[in-house]
Parts: sequence; structure tokens; C-alpha cells
Amino acid sequence: MESFFTRYRNALVLIVVLVAQLLALAIQARRPAVEGSAESVSLIRYAVVMVVTPPERLVRDTGLWFRSVWYGYIDLIHVRRRNAGLQKQLARMQLEQAAMAQDAAQGQRLQRMLGFREHYINKTLPAQVIGTGGADQSQVLYIDKGLDYGLQQDMPVITADGIVGKVKDVFPHTSQVLLMTDPTSGVGVILQTTRIRGILRGRAWGQLQVADISPDSRVKAGEPIVTSGGDQIFPRGLAVGTVEKVVPDPDHDPLVDVLVKPAAKLSQLEEVLVVTNLSDTPSAQSAKDLEESEAEQKRASDILAERLPSLVDPNAPADTNPPPVDAAGNPVRQPAPPQPIHSDRFSPGAEPDAAQMTPGHRWAKVEDGTEESAQTRQAPAPQHATAAAATTAVASKPVNGAAGHAAGKAPIAGASRHAAVKLQGAEPKADVPAADTKPQAAATSENSAPPQGGTH
Amino acid sequence: MALMASTRREAETQSFPLLVYILTPVLALGLQSFVPLHFPRFAALDLPLLVVIYFGTTLRTPIAATFGGAVIGLAQDALTHQPLGVFGIAKALIGYLAASLGVRVDTENILTRLMVTFVFVWLNDAVNWVLVRHLLVEPIAWGWLYELGRAVANTLIAVILFALLDRVKRRE
Repeated sequence: MESFFTRYRNALVLIVVLVAQLLALAIQARRPAVEGSAESVSLIRYAVVMVVTPPERLVRDTGLWFRSVWYGYIDLIHVRRRNAGLQKQLARMQLEQAAMAQDAAQGQRLQRMLGFREHYINKTLPAQVIGTGGADQSQVLYIDKGLDYGLQQDMPVITADGIVGKVKDVFPHTSQVLLMTDPTSGVGVILQTTRIRGILRGRAWGQLQVADISPDSRVKAGEPIVTSGGDQIFPRGLAVGTVEKVVPDPDHDPLVDVLVKPAAKLSQLEEVLVVTNLSDTPSAQSAKDLEESEAEQKRASDILAERLPSLVDPNAPADTNPPPVDAAGNPVRQPAPPQPIHSDRFSPGAEPDAAQMTPGHRWAKVEDGTEESAQTRQAPAPQHATAAAATTAVASKPVNGAAGHAAGKAPIAGASRHAAVKLQGAEPKADVPAADTKPQAAATSENSAPPQGGTH
Repeated sequence: MALMASTRREAETQSFPLLVYILTPVLALGLQSFVPLHFPRFAALDLPLLVVIYFGTTLRTPIAATFGGAVIGLAQDALTHQPLGVFGIAKALIGYLAASLGVRVDTENILTRLMVTFVFVWLNDAVNWVLVRHLLVEPIAWGWLYELGRAVANTLIAVILFALLDRVKRRE
């Protein structure tokens, strides 16, 4: 017996080691660590992270120091030019923000009215990325903030470009971040245009996909994807990525998978933001930004008002022609216009009140964009005179309804003739005296319509 | 046969300063964790595995190599989010096989090193895949071309790494 153990000692040790680890693995697989508490971090994990991450942090800090020296003191060429460009960009974005702030405020009011419960990012903590999981199948990162900064499990981790992942394990001075590209992660998302909801998961090769959604021809490449807030981790509306392509789901035939290109540059992360506080109301800083945006918009409105002409000019001199008064000081009443001898359709009371009119009903027939009077319809003009009648009607139109003046006053008639000629596609002859149009207008009036008010 | 450990020098016991036993795995783990931040493709390498292979074939003591492989593998597991033991099992097995092979084969020969490393990288990945896919029932990719490229890359790096470690070796 002793010789057996001696002879196969190596193999037996191997078997014991393998079986022990297999058992441990099976136990972990069946009973995963309790989420949400720091105690779930195993001792081995804790020890390894304590050994590996300090040198990583040291290397990282040293690199950052050299970089800050370079960028802070040496690489300052073109800074002024870049600053000027950024100032312009800032001014432009402030105006854009002012416009968007109104929409945001309105959206918030509507959400309050509808009782929606919105989560706003109230506080974020910047953190440096100091390491990775070091294996292809484990999409994790290590950041340089941990329990000492109050980090907890499941806190969202984002960048300015989009979401990154969530905090998985928290150590005293570091934290492990599970990237959204990991196959075990899941993020509730919504396709921004088509409003299709789904769960974003990582694929085996570090790709992202929204799996098992109903085929929809509206889903196109490039459509933005944002968080839906349904996972209770990420607040709603954060950028996730864009649709890369839609592929059939091999396991569920009618359904499709949407492959997603992440918005955040996950392979080049240096600094991330950990969302440490979410609340139902916007942060004080957001409210302040909103107020500043509204003030900015008011200023923009004032500037615009100054540049545009106003109906009432406050700087105009006082009226030197006060309304006339009689000897007793009472204002003199303006004389009423004389009553027409022959009323026409422009005379007061010739057409019914507006209250009696019905929508869509015209009192005059419309032809070629002109209203033909009722009298015209009653007495149709001959074929050869129709065009002339039309032009006359049009020519009489632009003079503010005072068609009767058209033939009676030369300048107005001239203007009418000009308009009529233009309508016929010919240029007016400059050498034709304005008074010559009077008989023509009168002639056309005779053919097309009964004599109107001022033409007699 | 040139590849066999036929001479006394080839079969002699070799050792390293204690610091090398400690620092080499830690450095391998640190680099494996840190470098992919700047060069994502570096994650295709498996420096802890190369360390296990090197110490296994050089020390030629299967029990020590088994434990050493298990410890390094568990440490590598600890850096990931997967359950502890996946890399531990694979590397314990690789350490045992490497040490068993080191007794019989001249592992200082560069050709031997190339072949051994290539095969062990494949075996390591295969064991990982089986454990993750069938024991943990989690998605894991396997692409023949990718695995081939990965094995070649690890083998080439191994030649350089082994040559560097040979310089700190103590012969007894």
C-alpha cells in the first residue's frame, strides 16, 4: 500500500488538487456570493487584488505625473488658438443648451404631471482605470476608488460618451467594474427611434447585442440606443451605442439580434465616472445650469428685439400733431365717409356678417387666383373679353379694395395696368402714358362687370 | 535523440533565488492585468501560463509544479469575475504535465520549448473552455484560427521569456 502511494504520489497530488478545485468551483457555481455586500469578496480575491493593484496604481500615477508635466508645461503650443476655438464652441453650445433647456423643463413638468419617477444623476465620482481582468473571457476593469470613497456594488460606471458597466466588487482602495461587454452583464436599453426595448448583453468575443427582439424593418444601422432605466441600475436616457447590424437569431428563428457598437471607447478607457448618487429631482447644479440657460435665452431674445424694427419706437419724438379739439376742449369727431351713390360689394353691408358665413363657402367665384364678383357671374363676358376681364379684376385688386379708384385716378390705374400686363407675361411699355389706360380699364369694365363704385 | 534529457547536465536539478519564485508570477499577473489597458490585444497572451510552463519544465518536480500552477491559476482567477478555480485547475494540470515532461525531455532546447509551449497553450485553452462552457454553463468563444494565433503568439513570447529567466537560474 505504501509503495502505491509512493509510486503514484505525483499523480495523486494532482488528482487531489484538481478535485478540490472542482468541488470549490461547483459550490461557487451553485451558490454564488451574496450580491450587494463587501463580505462577498472572497479572501483569495481580496489578497490578490491587494498585491496586484498597488503596483498598478503606482505605475499609473507615475505615468500620469509624467503626462501632466508634459501637457501642463511643455506641450502648450497652440493653446491660445485652441482656447479661442473652444470659447466659440462654448458660446454656440450655450445657445443650443438654452434652446434645449426649455424642452427639458417642459419634459420635466409633463413627467411630474404624469407621475413619472425619473432618476437624475446627482453625484459622480471620477476614477482612474488602473488594470484589467487580464483574460479574454473576463471583461472587467479595476479603478482606483473603493470603499474609502463610498463606492458600493452595482453603481453605474459611465463616461461622457456613454455607459461603461457597473461596479461588481468593492475593495478598500480599488473596485472591480464589470464591463457591459461581458456575457454575464445585462443592461435595459431602448432603441431611440423605433422605441424597441431589449436587454443588452455581451457576446463571447466582447461584442454587444440586444438579443431576441421581434424583426422590425425600421431598425437600421446607426440608430442610437439609450438606457431604458428598466434595470434599476442605469438611469434612463444614457447613451449606450448605435446599431451596427441586425442578424437573425440562430436559436430563436423568427427573432433577430441587434449587434451594437458601444458609444464609450471601452478598449481605451483611462478615466471613468462612477454614479454615486441618483435622485428623483435634478441636481442643484443642473437647476443652476437650467436657470443660466433660461437667462441666456432671455438675453438672446433681447438682443434679437433690439436688432429688429419695432412697431412702437420708444425713442421716437413726441407727437407734434395732437388730436383736434373744439373750443370747449372736446375732441373733434372725424366726419364719416360719404355714402356711395351705387353700392358695390365693397360697400359696408353689401356682404353678410362674418357670423353668417360658413367655412369653405365663397361669395365670389375663384378663377386663376382671383375672385370673380357675383355680378360677373350673372353677366358672363364674351370669349374674347374673358382674359381682359380677368386682368381687370386682378388689376383692381391690389389697390386695397378701392377698385373704383382704378379707372378714376391715373397713378392707381397705372399701377393696375402694370400688374395686369405683368400677369399676361408682357413687360409694360414705359412710353405708354398712364392716362391711356383709363379708357382701356373702362372698356374692360364694360365687358366684364357692371360699373363699379368709382368708375362712374 | 537530441530532444531527450540524456546527459547529466540536462537532467540536473535547477533552482532559482527565492525572490524569483515570488516576483515572477506577481510580475506576470501585474503585466497581464495592466498592459491590456493600453494594448488590448495583449490580453491574448497568457504570461502566468508561460511562467507555469517554465517553472514546471525547469524544476522537474511535479508536485511543486502542480501546487505552483494551482496557486498562480487561482490568483489569475481572482483578478477576473469568474468563480475561483477555472484557471487554477487548468494551470495545475499544465504544471504537472510540464514537470513530468521536463524529466524526460531536454527543455532547454529551443525547438522543444516551442513545441511544448504551443501544445500547452492549446491544452490550457481547451480545459478552460470545457470548464466554462460545461461546468459553469457560461458563454465562451472558441475559434480555431484565433486559438492558433494565440498559441503562436504565446510560443514566440515564451522563447524570449524563457531565455530571460534562464539568466537568473542557479545550477546545482
